[in-house]
Amino acid sequence: MKVLAVSSIGGHWIQLLRLMPAFEDVTVEFMSTKQSFSTMVDGKKFYSIPDGNRWNKYGLVKCFFAILKVVETSKPDIIITTGAAPGLIALFIGKLFSIKTIWVDSIANCEQISMSGKIATKVADVVYTQWGHLEDNKVKFFGNVLG
Amino acid sequence: MIFVTIGTQEPFDRLIEAMDQIALKFGLDIVAQVSTRSKLQVKNMKSLDFISPTDFEKLFNEAELIVAHAGMGTIISALVNQKDLIVLAREKKLMEHRSDHQIATAKHLEALGLLNVARNIEELEMKILNFINNRDKSNIPIIGNYASSSLIDSIRKDISI
Repeated sequence: MKVLAVSSIGGHWIQLLRLMPAFEDVTVEFMSTKQSFSTMVDGKKFYSIPDGNRWNKYGLVKCFFAILKVVETSKPDIIITTGAAPGLIALFIGKLFSIKTIWVDSIANCEQISMSGKIATKVADVVYTQWGHLEDNKVKFFGNVLG
Repeated sequence: MIFVTIGTQEPFDRLIEAMDQIALKFGLDIVAQVSTRSKLQVKNMKSLDFISPTDFEKLFNEAELIVAHAGMGTIISALVNQKDLIVLAREKKLMEHRSDHQIATAKHLEALGLLNVARNIEELEMKILNFINNRDKSNIPIIGNYASSSLIDSIRKDISI
């Protein structure tokens, strides 16, 4: 079983790394938006991709093709992401290849699911929130990254 | 040394400017991570651009106090390392972020006893003075290295199929 774990740098990435014990029994590869972050997952395969967001459409397109290339060659069985935009793109690509996809909404979204998270509920196989009061029939709650 | 960090995104000049003034006013040794896109002239602090995770960790560990935006990366790092942290949330109306989620997150985490939040610059200054005058390490919250076991277990099940 091979898992591709994707996120933007910053808080999203720190949250992704806190899920590490979930990947103990599988092969996990990481993907983020700055090469220097590879030092935080020493010994694991790391892919650097261009960043993009709603206000940087060109970045999103570059990001899409970069992720597409990795998914085509690496062929993961699962894609998991903590966001933000690059993670959502990875979910769409996963969907194209019938790969199981998981979205963990950032703990920073404590009053409502993020916009990307709402889109993810339509694309991903599993969506988690980190706040109990945001749980519903599409979004699961099983605790948060703080522990 | 006080380490000021604004995360990996947009400039946060309100915080940087305030800390620059505070550095002068109280004669404090402050290192600040400032965005490349900021036009602000920092006069009284050592300022750095985007820094690598390795350098960030070094500054973070060396600092006696962290002053930051209310970003989850910084908050989690402070909790794991049991570091004194004071946050000022980015506000949408001041064009410091695309939404007011930092204000909401700060409020929720403060209610859980996990975060020291300054609502404005006056409060920030007061909290820094308070830190200088009485350093009580026993009150700093701490968390472990990983997410809650229930979340880990659930994801483990998701990926084992």
